[in-house]
Amino acid sequence: MPKDHGIGASSKRREDIRFLTGKGQYTDDINRPGQLYCHFLRSDVAHGRIAKLDTAAAAAMPGVVAIHTAQDLAAVGGVPCGWQVTDKNGEAMKEPKHPILAEGKVRHVGDPVAAILAESLEQAQDAAEAIELEIEELPAVVDMKAALSGESLVHDDVPGNLCFDWEFVQENKDAVAEAIAGAAHVTRLELVNNRLVANPMEPRAAIGEYDAARDEHTLWTTSQNPHVIRLLMGAFVLSIPEHKLRVVAPDVGGGFGSKIYHYAEEAYVTWAAKAVGRPVKWTASRSEAFLSDAQGRDHVTTIELALDAEHNFVALRCHTLANMGAYLSTFAPCIPTWLHGTLLAGNYRTPLIFTNVQAIFTNTVPVDAYRGAGRPEATFQLERVIDKAARELGLDPAELRRKNFIPPDAFPYQTPVAVQYDTGNYGATLDKALEMADAAGFAARKAESAARGKLRGFGLASYIEACGIAPSSLVGALGARAGLYEAATVRVNPTGSISVFTGSHSHGQGHETTFAQVVADMLGCDEGQVDIVHGDTNRVPFGMGTYGSRSLAVGGSAIVKSVEKIVAKAKKIAAHLLEAAEGDIQFADGQFTVAGTDNALGWGDVCLAAYVPHKYPIEELEPGLEETSFYDPANFTYPAGAYVCEVEVDPETGRVEVQNFVAADDFGNVVNPMIVEGQVHGGLAQGLGQALLENAVYDAEGQLASASYMDYAMPRAADFPSFAVDHSCVTPCTHNPLGVKGCGEAGAIGSPPALVNAVIDALSEHGVSHIDMPLTPTRVWEAIQAAKA
Amino acid sequence: MAQVSMTVNGKAVSGEVEGRTLLVEFLRTGLGLTGTHVGCDTSQCGACVVHIDGESVKACTVFAAAADGAEITTIEGMANADGTLSVLQQAFQDHHGLQCGFCTPGMVMSAADLLKTNPSPTEHEIRDWLEGNICRCTGYHNIVKAIQAAAATMSGQAQAAE
Amino acid sequence: MYAFDYLKPSTLDDAAAALAREDAQAISGGQTLIPTLKARLAQPSALVDLTGIAEMRGIAVADGTVTIGGATCHAAVAGSAEIRAAFPALCDLAGRIGDPQVRNRGTIGGSVANNDPSACYPAAVLGTGATVVTNSREIPADEYFQGMFTTALEEGEIVTALRFPVPQKAAYAKFVQPASRFALTGVFVAKYSGGVRVAVTGASEKGVFRWAEAEAALSTEFSEGSLAGLSVPADGMIGDIHGSPDYRAHLVGVMTRRAVAAAG
Repeated sequence: MPKDHGIGASSKRREDIRFLTGKGQYTDDINRPGQLYCHFLRSDVAHGRIAKLDTAAAAAMPGVVAIHTAQDLAAVGGVPCGWQVTDKNGEAMKEPKHPILAEGKVRHVGDPVAAILAESLEQAQDAAEAIELEIEELPAVVDMKAALSGESLVHDDVPGNLCFDWEFVQENKDAVAEAIAGAAHVTRLELVNNRLVANPMEPRAAIGEYDAARDEHTLWTTSQNPHVIRLLMGAFVLSIPEHKLRVVAPDVGGGFGSKIYHYAEEAYVTWAAKAVGRPVKWTASRSEAFLSDAQGRDHVTTIELALDAEHNFVALRCHTLANMGAYLSTFAPCIPTWLHGTLLAGNYRTPLIFTNVQAIFTNTVPVDAYRGAGRPEATFQLERVIDKAARELGLDPAELRRKNFIPPDAFPYQTPVAVQYDTGNYGATLDKALEMADAAGFAARKAESAARGKLRGFGLASYIEACGIAPSSLVGALGARAGLYEAATVRVNPTGSISVFTGSHSHGQGHETTFAQVVADMLGCDEGQVDIVHGDTNRVPFGMGTYGSRSLAVGGSAIVKSVEKIVAKAKKIAAHLLEAAEGDIQFADGQFTVAGTDNALGWGDVCLAAYVPHKYPIEELEPGLEETSFYDPANFTYPAGAYVCEVEVDPETGRVEVQNFVAADDFGNVVNPMIVEGQVHGGLAQGLGQALLENAVYDAEGQLASASYMDYAMPRAADFPSFAVDHSCVTPCTHNPLGVKGCGEAGAIGSPPALVNAVIDALSEHGVSHIDMPLTPTRVWEAIQAAKA
Repeated sequence: MAQVSMTVNGKAVSGEVEGRTLLVEFLRTGLGLTGTHVGCDTSQCGACVVHIDGESVKACTVFAAAADGAEITTIEGMANADGTLSVLQQAFQDHHGLQCGFCTPGMVMSAADLLKTNPSPTEHEIRDWLEGNICRCTGYHNIVKAIQAAAATMSGQAQAAE
Repeated sequence: MYAFDYLKPSTLDDAAAALAREDAQAISGGQTLIPTLKARLAQPSALVDLTGIAEMRGIAVADGTVTIGGATCHAAVAGSAEIRAAFPALCDLAGRIGDPQVRNRGTIGGSVANNDPSACYPAAVLGTGATVVTNSREIPADEYFQGMFTTALEEGEIVTALRFPVPQKAAYAKFVQPASRFALTGVFVAKYSGGVRVAVTGASEKGVFRWAEAEAALSTEFSEGSLAGLSVPADGMIGDIHGSPDYRAHLVGVMTRRAVAAAG
């Protein structure tokens, strides 16, 4: 029987009530008395020197209160980067300044040049057109290979546009080369991991307000991690101490990574609110979001897989060009390095791995983490090259994977790329996926498709990811400029209701429900007795927010730790009230009992006693029942699984139709199966969107050719069938108290290679061995034509 | 500026608008009905879907002045009279048809229009109908399930009433 | 958006008078124009809303002709039982424009007046040799379409109705551009006693066009087989991130065959 409450139950989401009745409160829903509207004048060219910037005429226009340029922000710092990568020679990455408003040069289409504050948005937009801006255009740096020539420099002080040249595992470089040279078979593949735009449905917005009488700043912003924004913006940009700066991330309409980062616009509105003495509101249009939200992926990779005569993987070598865009976004440098190189072992016991990543500045929008972040790029190249190897060697792709899987009895397993997997069973999820996908019936389905002139393909991919980010000491050693623990305060109120204050931030993940399930389960109370508070630095303890599939594994663990402390203290109080030894007190189902007796106290009695300490061990114990914990994980968590995709290709048009998609995941223990499945569905749609539809394309001048939904193909309901998902293969995480692994990114990590492998399977009879994503009709048709020619 | 009057969720309202004021701006800023959202500027995402005289439309692509005299229903007007969730809203909660909630008002308004004209749509018809509603969180899987479930509940209620 | 006056006349004469204002522009459903205004790509002094003019709305089917008022929305055409009985291909085409909400506002007159090179209606109008009725004259389809976003309409002229001769059989085959869901290539095929017409949208840099070779072949024998060996040159086809000129030229052939097959 499925549980109907607590851990393991598909509790309905409490947050849905407000969202379904139009009562959610997103940043743009907030209006402050006397607020001004902010509009940014953005560069319409990718690269150039600002020759003239005259705002006088614009400033005199109706409704305009102020116009600011870089000159006005001279005392303000640049947007900081939160991660420093050290290159192959031991030198720090190049970290050019990222000004709030462009200084001297513009470096991408959308780079903000001036900010206009007016009584209405239209007035601000009108004034923007009256600003005299002349830009002397410079050659745009767009193509990464060409960028390395250094003929045109995005940043004058970064030669070759090279942010860093990183090698990992450096000690293995020669051994890998030797193994490849001597291997029985080497499969080589060049591929592109296409650039994506995160596109949460809520565009970014920010409202700054300043209370002069109290010298207090407030920023409402669309953020996945308000404390991180407060820290970065307060300490590095605006020099506002924490106690004078409140950051609120209210209901946030999706993030997928793009709302992790500290953005120039939120620093500007915070600064401007004080400068002009009125609240300042900015809301991005979708068109603006395409030019200012950090984008994702954009790797060009060459991968080589070496196998011995028995088809064991013996070595793997990769070279990647990773696009940073024009400036370093908050976590950009760690994506192609530590979140990518460390995953190249995948689910396999490849003993020798070496990768070289060159991070390149270009005149494009900055690139940073997007759902999966580095791990989809690692998984895609690995699962594609394995499939290609199987095809070249005439092997069953499932068998080749099985042969090389890390076996279930080998855990904990130390990979050659730094991370140690704690647990897993990759064969189990592969078996499950193949069974769910009716692999045995594929031949008949293929024949049926062929009878209709269609090509049917069957593709699979295994994946593993390191998430539940992250052990602070480890990431600190790798260049992180922050710790990656999470904090939680559990406050038991006098009548026994419970308020939980978490540093995690929910923007679709359902924390308000899931976290309450955990607490209710531990305390034996109704979920309705537990309230989850998040998203306001004035209310929640310093925490790192939500990304990297970390909320339950890290944030949930912090809550568990605090509840454990609460129970321990409550037992002491109960022992005093029951006049028993503390060691004899047992707590279960909300009742404190004395072992071996009928003596019992309810949860409410103990809570009340904590706050009305008339009969209380006051010498030994403080009144009150409130505990805070900071949980720093011992390791990442390693969810893994196997995905199967079945497609039908129309060879006449090149159109790919997904016929079936199966996901078998091992997420360890699951708190709310309904929510976990929803997370997988969403990840799959984003992964399949990457593989089939989505592409951020820059032309040679650095203009984004897919700068709206007219050209950037967002997945729609009719693009996919319903998905078959399963999470019954469970190897619990060994190092966090709930035994849980992350589930938010898995779908986006495992699905692109499964789809591409399926399409290549369908087209193999035409001799097509690779197509770069997205597999649009035109690309598929062209690949067929090229193979025919 | 011109005066417009309309009925919104059963209440007569009026206000001053410019020619360029969009219906969604009038609802959000003029009336404080912020449940109707704006997610794009090319009339594609559908976060702004409301009903005008019973038909679903994109409130970001209709001028407020063009809706003068019309009956408007927004997400705020979709619950039952006693404040409980309507069958369709309840189905979205029961089947986890929403995550971040931003596209949800438009999804509900669009689905309500579908079920009015097609009380028992197939999965294919539902997916086809949602062409103008983009969701980035759910992969649509549970939205489709929710609409199917709502259709089944409503047709059961209709049968029981007969 | 720039500021403008919004006018909603109830007669054609009032509309024509309003449109005589300098830089005044007609708006019908607004599903293309409003996004254009939001991007500040147009700056009309006044918008003259045509949807309040009663005589521009409605559908009539009589004597082998389907007449649709210019301010009739796509959903009304798609759902018209009268049209479906006489000319189902037109309902199918209208039912696949944009999305349900766009179809509830967007109008046939607006679409034909705008003549977007990827719009669906121009294919039906040209593919049937329909008549574009304006407030001052009647324009045969073959003279009406004059290239991308260009038509025979004079300044201030209003498309009041479209008159379609009902074909013996017809079909529209649309291959969607995956982002906008406009036609990447759409082909409308209509068979009349006097011959077959084939109109192509979405493909050419010159907007909707007739494919003469296919018409000749299909007029001889209305079958997919008649199209064997026929192709349009890639020269002059649109090339963008969604498809090369070669691909679009290829799709013209594929979609024409599919339209013929669907017409039966």
